[in-house]
Parts: sequence; C-alpha cells; structure tokens
Amino acid sequence: MTMTAAATGRVSRFARWRDSDLAYNFRRSPVTVVSAAVLAICLAGAIFAPWVAPHNPFDLATLNLLDALSPPQWMAGARPGYLLGTDDQGRDVLSAIMFGARISLLVGLASVIFAMVLGVSLGLIAGYVGGKLDAFIMRIADVQLSFPAILIALLIDGVARAVLPRETHGGPLALFVLIFAIGISNWVQYARTVRGSTLVEKNKEYIQAARVIGIRPLGIMRHHLLPNVLGPVLVLATINIATAIITEATLSFLGVGVPPTQPSLGTLIRIGNDFLFSGEWWITIFPGAALVIMVLAINLLGDWLRDALNPRLQ
Amino acid sequence: MSPTVRRTLKALLALVLAGGLAAATHAATYKFADQGDATSMDPHSLNESLQLSLLGNIYEPLVGRGKKLELVPLLATSWKQTEPTVWRFNLRRNVKFHDGTPFTVDDVIFSYERSKVDGSDMKTKIATVKEMRKIDDYTVDFVTNDPFPILPDTLNTWFIMSKAWCEKNNATAPVDVRKGKENAATLRANGTGPFMLKSREPGVRTVFVQNPAYWEKVESNVTEAIFTPIKNDATRVAALISGDIDMMEPVPLQDIEKLKAAPALNVLQGPELRTIFLGMDQSRDELLFSNVKGKNPFKDRRVRQAFYQAIDIEAIKSRIMRGAATPTNLMIAPGIRGFDPALNKRLPHDTAAAKKLMVDAGYPDGFEVGMNCPNDRYVNDAAICQAIAAMLAQIGVKVNLMAETKVTYFPKILSRNTSFYMLGWTPDSYDAQNAIFALLMTPAANGQGLFNLGSYSNKRVDELGKAIASELDQTKRNAMIAELFKIHGDEFGTLPLHQQALAWAAKKSIQLVQLADNTNQLKWTIVK
Repeated sequence: MTMTAAATGRVSRFARWRDSDLAYNFRRSPVTVVSAAVLAICLAGAIFAPWVAPHNPFDLATLNLLDALSPPQWMAGARPGYLLGTDDQGRDVLSAIMFGARISLLVGLASVIFAMVLGVSLGLIAGYVGGKLDAFIMRIADVQLSFPAILIALLIDGVARAVLPRETHGGPLALFVLIFAIGISNWVQYARTVRGSTLVEKNKEYIQAARVIGIRPLGIMRHHLLPNVLGPVLVLATINIATAIITEATLSFLGVGVPPTQPSLGTLIRIGNDFLFSGEWWITIFPGAALVIMVLAINLLGDWLRDALNPRLQ
Repeated sequence: MSPTVRRTLKALLALVLAGGLAAATHAATYKFADQGDATSMDPHSLNESLQLSLLGNIYEPLVGRGKKLELVPLLATSWKQTEPTVWRFNLRRNVKFHDGTPFTVDDVIFSYERSKVDGSDMKTKIATVKEMRKIDDYTVDFVTNDPFPILPDTLNTWFIMSKAWCEKNNATAPVDVRKGKENAATLRANGTGPFMLKSREPGVRTVFVQNPAYWEKVESNVTEAIFTPIKNDATRVAALISGDIDMMEPVPLQDIEKLKAAPALNVLQGPELRTIFLGMDQSRDELLFSNVKGKNPFKDRRVRQAFYQAIDIEAIKSRIMRGAATPTNLMIAPGIRGFDPALNKRLPHDTAAAKKLMVDAGYPDGFEVGMNCPNDRYVNDAAICQAIAAMLAQIGVKVNLMAETKVTYFPKILSRNTSFYMLGWTPDSYDAQNAIFALLMTPAANGQGLFNLGSYSNKRVDELGKAIASELDQTKRNAMIAELFKIHGDEFGTLPLHQQALAWAAKKSIQLVQLADNTNQLKWTIVK
C-alpha cells in the first residue's frame, strides 16, 4: 500500500500522519492515548448530546417534579431511568452534564479562538512593525498581565451586565459577552509569544527576500511569518482551552457566567452546591468530576503536544 | 519594682480581667443572617416583612404585638373608641428618639402625613383613616371614613418617625424604592425603639446597638447586633455551623434534618401566616411580556383556571418544600381571622383538563409569557417558579422565567411592570380584611389594592371588602369574607400556592421568640 502510494507519488494524508514523528510519539505514550480517548468520549457526548443523552433537561415539558432528587442508580431509592440521579427539579444529572459540557466546550473553544486571533494579530503587528506601535501594544499587554485573568473576565462581565438592558441577560448575547470576556483576558500570552517569534523571524533571509520582491507588509505577515510562528501558539492554545473552560466554570459558579437557562458545568456545580450539606452529593459531584476529567485530559494532551513539538527534547 | 508592688499590680490585673469576663457574660454581641437584605432603612418605603422586622427594632408603632401575638401598648399607652368612627390613643410620655428629641403627638401626625404621600408603601395601613386630630401633646384621635373596629390590630408595623429629624434631614417624604431613589432615611434611622442603627452598608452588614435611653428595661442582653445578608443557602448554613453567626433564617429545607442533629444548634420551626401565590395581569389589553398580541390571555377565566390546574402543588410540597408547606386554596392562612376551612379545597391537579381549557380558550398551542420571581425572598422561591414553568410547559405555555434578587424584583413588580409574578402575603393585622384590602380589591388611590399587582377587579368583591372593614357582627362579617373568597376563588383572580413553614436555626445558647409573622425581635433575644 505504502509502496503503491509512494510509487504513484500520492501518499494519503492519513498515511503521512501515521508515519510522522508526532504519531509515533503519540503511540509511544499510553497516558496521551488514554487522555485522547477520554477527550474523544467527552467531545462526542457533548456534541451529540441532543441525540444520545437519555433526556433533554431543557425541555421543560418532559420534566417530572416527582422524579426530583433521585439518587444514582446503584443507590437505594433511585427512580428508574436516571443513571446518575436527578437534581431538585427532576432533571437527569447525566443529561445535564452532557448538555452542560456542550456549553462549557463551546465557550472554551470560542474564547480561545477569539483570544488567539486577537493575540496573534496584535503580536504579529507589534513584532513586525516595531517602534512606537510595538511599545504601545506591549505596554497594554503588560498592564493587563498585572491583573489575574479571572478578575478581568469578571470586570468585563460586570460592566456588560450594567450596560446591556436586563432583558438581554438571559439570551444568547450573554454567551457572547462571556466568550468576549474570557477571550480578552487571555490574548496577552499569544501576543507575547508571537511577537517574540516574529522578532526572530523577521530578520531571516526569506522575509528579507519577500520584502525585496515587493510584497506588502500585510502579505508578509500573513503568508510568510504566520505559518512560521504558529507552532508554539497551537501548544499554548491547547493548554488555554483547559484554562478557559475553568474560567467559564468559575464565572458560572459565581453566578455571572452563562444564563441559568443554558447551564454549563459551572452552573450545575453551583446549583448542586446547595445540596451538598444535605447529602444529595450527586448533583454537584458528578458535574465536578466531569469538569475535572475533561480539563485533565486536555491538559495532558497539551503537555504532550508541547514536548512532542519541542525539538530540544528530541 | 518591689515584690509588694508587683503583687498588688498582679492582683489588680486579675481583678480587672475577672471584671471584664463577668461583664462579657451579660453584654453580648449577636450576629444574625437572612437570605436577603432590607431595601432601605426608611420604615415607610416598603411594606415587606424582613424590612419591617429589622426596622421594628429601631422604630416603634403605637400598638405592637407581644410574644403571643396579643396587642401590647408601645408608643400608645391606651386606646379606646370614643365614637364609631373615632379611635383615641393616649401616647406614652417621656419617650425620646435616638437623637434625643422628645416624642409627641406631632410625630404621630407627621408620620401619618408621611405615609400618605407618593413614594410611601404604607398607604394601605392608614387608608381607612380620614384625618388625625391633635387633642393635646399626648392624645390623638384617628378619624376613620367608616367604623373600623380593628384599627388597633392593624398598626403594629406602622412605625413612627421623628418630625424634627425628618425635616432637618430633608426626608419628609419616603422615596419610592420602585424608582431607585434615596434620601437620608434610606441609610440612616432615628426611631424610639430598643435598638439604634449604628451603621448600614446595604447588602453587606447592618449594625444595631442597644438604646441605653429606652423607655423600658430591655429584656435582651444584646448590646450589639450585626445583621448580614447571606444569599447562598450553603454558605449561610456553613456560617452557622462554623460559628461565624449565631442565628440564621430561613434554614434551607434540605438542611433542616442535618442542623437538628447538630449538638450545638437549635432549629425553630412553626407555621407561617404567609400565603404564597401567583398573580396575573388582568387589566392591560395586551400583556407586557408575551407573544400574544392584541389581547390579554389572562383576561380569560379559562386560561387562569388552566394555569391553576396545571400546577401540581403536592409535588411542589413533597419535592421542593420537602413537606414543609401547606397547600392552600385561600389567600389567607389558618390562624387569620376569617379563614374558612370549608373553602380551602383545591381543585385537583389535572393536566388534561388544563389542556382542554386552553383549547377552549383558543390557545391549543399555548403561548409565551414572562414570569417574575424573587430568588431570595420566600422559601425556595426560584425553585418553585422553575417547577411551575416546567408544569406549565406541559400545557404548552412557555414561561420565560426572570428570577432575581428582591432588591430589583420588588421595584419591578410593584410598579406593575410584570405579566405573571409570585408574591407572598402575611396579613400583619392577623385579619382577612388586610389581605382583601391590599391584594384583592380594585387598585385605587387611597392604597386599596396597592399589592393587587395584576389589577384583578370585581365589583362585588369591592363592595364586600368595604363592608367587611366596618362590620362589627362577627357572624355576618365571616359570611361576607366567605362570599368574597368564593367569588375570587371561582374567578381564579390569583393562583394561591401554599403557606410555607418557618424555619430558623440558632446556636443553643441563643434564646429567641419566633412569631408566626416571621418577625425576629432583638429585644427578646437573649445570649446565654
């Protein structure tokens, strides 16, 4: 197969990936394989939640209050059909986790993409243009770095709440505000990384050659610099997804995150927190465990990716 | 330093320490918490139980309630009816406000005028009073429009403010909490009560200190009381268990058993006179928050009945209230004068019947409606609203629930900026007339129907309500009350839910008096 492919000169993408160092590295690390598998299950559960979840916890018409506070199946007094039990309104905890993970992952991914786009663009501009603009952008970054990210996210969320009319708080706009808030609080790391790489790359010959043949700065940044500075950014992004998910969970736990009609994992943990003292532990422990497992898997993968892409470690 | 001197000093030090310790067992600091905070320190700005309960330590009424809810003389020493429409109150002498100004009849008349103006939420309390006549410095006549035999019963949360202080501080009118305004009386207080306001940080803490110049010896040994609102249930419970606070209410229902089992804690439970109900806007031609345009579905009795029958009150009782509620069909609780057990039978929960009613009313697919609900006022209020939203979803009604803190909730619904809301009511006169006047009669300028936020209106109910206020014959009066509740019930003017149970928790060393109107008086609180 490989022979034929090589002979015809067309190696399939999959084969190319399979034979790469990265894939070899991946197969050699059992921890990474397991975390990838766990993450794949989490992702599948979240993405396909509307089709695979046993219940739809947000379809109010299907809730039965009499099923409320049912413990997990293996405990005495459990009502049938709810593997991990139900919360105080009769929502299936397992389904709520699957739907909640959807929101958590969506916010995590979207805010990282937003932070990445913003940070990479500003970093490229700062590094390539240099001078006053560079100083300006990087001083803003320094100022922002002196605040913890969660504080900035809280600030933005709080201001948005005060500025936007109350009626919009429960709607999809709240989700955008959250993504924006978490994104803004994380762009600095990308900007710094990209600026550093850009400073190194921009004096190399291929960039100078591109400049000599008259390519505009924007073109150089996009087609020549960007591909060469993106490596570390991708590693950073992987780890940042985990941070962003945690930030979202923290904000939702504090009650300023996603609207209660679309509970994320953080919201679920907050709701369950009220019942921790009274023994209904499953309402908060299971979403908490789901969050930990998901974030841990992403972090382990990110760590592995960092090591695998680091030439000095090979 | 010679040994003798040293010995003497040591002895002196020991004496001082012992003295200090002895004093500490008498004078005590008491920390208490609630799930919400008062919206203002102005006793006329909001007619709400927690606010009035807190302010009842600072301000006093003419006639108060004792530990068994009996009438007790506070700022008035005696009262009698001199004519059918005139009540004469003799005022207590030698009472001083916290700033030192003496209390006189002028303060009573001033408080009456202050309660009548726009921005006052106390209009219902003095609505029957036509005028006040000053007889002398310590005697005042209340002249009512019609004979009002239960007037003294209705005054226990109508607090007296100082005329001089209000004038000096530019607070001669209460500011309307509904409009988010503030004045000096919002943050400061000057009453005659057993406790004085030391500091007030809204939403953070409110500190009371005992009034050394109170006109009577105060039973309590609390010299300083610190009130902290702790909204989160688990945090409030944890604060009590860890000893950060001495008392808190309400106990989250899910934690009652756990706290009862704790060796150092006491749980005080009792029935509360508060009736929790849902109201619906029945006056606007188009609801403010709904997808039905051009008409108001709540004007149709069948829709209101469908809502009523869609609600599974027993499930709410067993799951959300964990048994600590009494489902009701009446707008008053057992224990309120005028309560009739024969009328307190709910229509059965019946989703099929409710669906059919919706079809008959022309809403086979239901409709959308916004619902307003507090999340820190009544026991499990937001959870109840959520459950009701789920129950209404079964008859096709999509409820857009807005659950929020009472600080923003009350201003919103009190300005009738709502289509569908939750409210709880305790008639603080312990008489049905109070609930009828405030909740069921057509809203009018004199304070009638001030809390009838859906503007339910029925001529016969208004007639009966008026007659009930002045009727002296108990049998006739009860018959009229029964007729009124029958009409209101048949029309589903509101959707009564239940009476919640009171649950307070405190350290065993704290002695408290729990009244069925959920007031918590510091003057009866003893720290052992």
